[in-house]
Amino acid sequence: MSQEPALMVQPRRPWRHPAQNALTVTVIFTLSALGGAAVTAPTGLAGNLGWFVSFIACAIIVSWIAGRFRSKVAAADLVATVVIGAAAAAVVIPWTSLIYTVISKGSKVIYSGWFTTDMSVTAADDVFTVGGVSHAIVGTLIIISIATLISVPIGIASAVYIVEIRGRFSPLVRFLTQAMSGVPSIVAGLFIYSTLVILVFEKFNALAGAFALSILMLPTVARTSEEVLKLVPDDLRSASYALGASQVSTTFKVTLPTVRSGLVTAAVLGVARIAGETAPLLLTSLYLVSFSTDLVGKPMATLPTYTFGNLQIGTENAVARAWGGSLTLLALIFVLFLIARLLAGRGPGK
Amino acid sequence: MVEPSPAQVKAITVVRSTGDKVFRGIMTAGGLTSLVVLSLIAGFLLYRGFEIFSDFGFSFLTTSEWNSGIDDIGTDARMGVAAMLVGSIVIAVIAIVIAVPFAMGVALFLEYYAPKRLRNVLTAILDLIAAVPSVIYGIWGYVVLMPLVVQWSKTLNDYLGWFPLFSVPAPIFERSPFVAGILLSIMILPITTSVTREVYSRAPKDQIDAAYALGGSRWGGIRTVVLPFGRSGLVGGAMLGLGRALGETIAVFLVLNLVFKVNFNILSSAGGNVASLIATRFGEASRYELKGLMAAGLVLFILTLIVNAIATAIVNRSARGVA
Repeated sequence: MSQEPALMVQPRRPWRHPAQNALTVTVIFTLSALGGAAVTAPTGLAGNLGWFVSFIACAIIVSWIAGRFRSKVAAADLVATVVIGAAAAAVVIPWTSLIYTVISKGSKVIYSGWFTTDMSVTAADDVFTVGGVSHAIVGTLIIISIATLISVPIGIASAVYIVEIRGRFSPLVRFLTQAMSGVPSIVAGLFIYSTLVILVFEKFNALAGAFALSILMLPTVARTSEEVLKLVPDDLRSASYALGASQVSTTFKVTLPTVRSGLVTAAVLGVARIAGETAPLLLTSLYLVSFSTDLVGKPMATLPTYTFGNLQIGTENAVARAWGGSLTLLALIFVLFLIARLLAGRGPGK
Repeated sequence: MVEPSPAQVKAITVVRSTGDKVFRGIMTAGGLTSLVVLSLIAGFLLYRGFEIFSDFGFSFLTTSEWNSGIDDIGTDARMGVAAMLVGSIVIAVIAIVIAVPFAMGVALFLEYYAPKRLRNVLTAILDLIAAVPSVIYGIWGYVVLMPLVVQWSKTLNDYLGWFPLFSVPAPIFERSPFVAGILLSIMILPITTSVTREVYSRAPKDQIDAAYALGGSRWGGIRTVVLPFGRSGLVGGAMLGLGRALGETIAVFLVLNLVFKVNFNILSSAGGNVASLIATRFGEASRYELKGLMAAGLVLFILTLIVNAIATAIVNRSARGVA
């Protein structure tokens, strides 16, 4: 019995990389790294980035030569692999730098009172043990909540129109939703300024900011909801109709509940889209140094405008506070994304 | 079985209940919100900026100067968005030229090279990075990216300064269109990549396998099947990125020096951007200048709408497989 496995024919795996390939790759990388260093050392190409660029250049040359030992086709394939891999590696560099910089610079100003105090008695230049962003966090949450209340029902209605009703205007609605997602954020702000701020409220306030953001949020919600609703199998709808249900009850009791988590994901993605918008808020809700929950009477602080405002002041401590605002904002958005991903991981009906 | 003659087939008639009619009406209204909002935006900006268009006419698009006059009714004013418009396009084009090759590389890597686990991680990072707010890109661009780009600009200028594009009237390289373009290229990379990848993933698998079976390499399959198939999708993705780049405000505002003069020396510290013009001038604008900003906003709105509409049409067409 124990002899039997040895007698079995071992399946060959031609697609597996043999050890020889690993050796080739290692040799190519070592040679290129050395070549990169050799080029960088004497010339003016500065720092790690210069090394990276010359490393890629060397890797292309070395892999071409290595490939030529086999054939022209193999050489082209190796070079393409190196170039494509290098492009993927290269784009990660700025992202890593961005997140690293925000965390390292932002964490310097965060202390125990950062989340509980506002800037009403603190100047931007004060030491980092006073003042905070509580007003901006609350403002951001308020404005985002109102924008969500406006755009989520409309966005879902728009998706229901395209997927469930399949009316005459469906292609037009889909096209316009896509076109709307390209509206520059400053134009949305300018529009709300020229209507709500000038004509209706006659002052800058949080409500106007929420309306401006809902214009930007609507297309994201509508398009994601549409994708999600399309996943509902037609059998479910047919079954509902066959039982004599009307379209209203089919939609509200069968279709929408089936994709509840998907719709929440759509809302969260919409929130992540607008949470960091600055330009429209500069034209609508402006900025306020103190804690406020007044929606109509006065401007309201938000994390993006807090960051931007401190950056505009430009002194050392103010810029440091701007980094702190950035970190808080980034953390908020990452948490939202985490929620969206957790919800998106659940299938329809859960 | 005998086919029933047409007279025997009863036409299906739908009688909708009142509830259904109301429901359909409400949902249709929801669907048409985008139409209403888009027309309202165009209508109000035109209404507010109409005085500017009637005062300056077509020269609003061809004048570079931005002088709002000496009083609220715009005496001696001379306003135009030519420099800003050209500047916006120059920056967006720089961003696209840099971003598209990288987007292609990343899309191909994710779709055909990366192991499954790495692909999942990278896709998640890509989604996350797409949500990083522009103000954070702006502050990072100003503090971290700009000093680097200034170095590259100097090198470029040293070696290629004889070429008009890379020459500078004065050796100041900060806050140039080049800096703004590179920052924008980093910002639009996620969206360009995801659209490109979407199209590449629809390339016919059997043809790629056929290329392998004929003894072709992985690159051979990509070059002969995937790239031709995805060409129009790539164009669409690039144009969506272009639309984003044209409308970007805060990040550009922080890393670009606005100068009201058409400038093609991309390394010199003088550029233009319609969105940043609005953000810059809005705070201290006179009543008349505000109308000018509304008019500029309308120009930007129409420009991005056209670019996005073309991009959407291209992407949709290639998504249907008529590549």
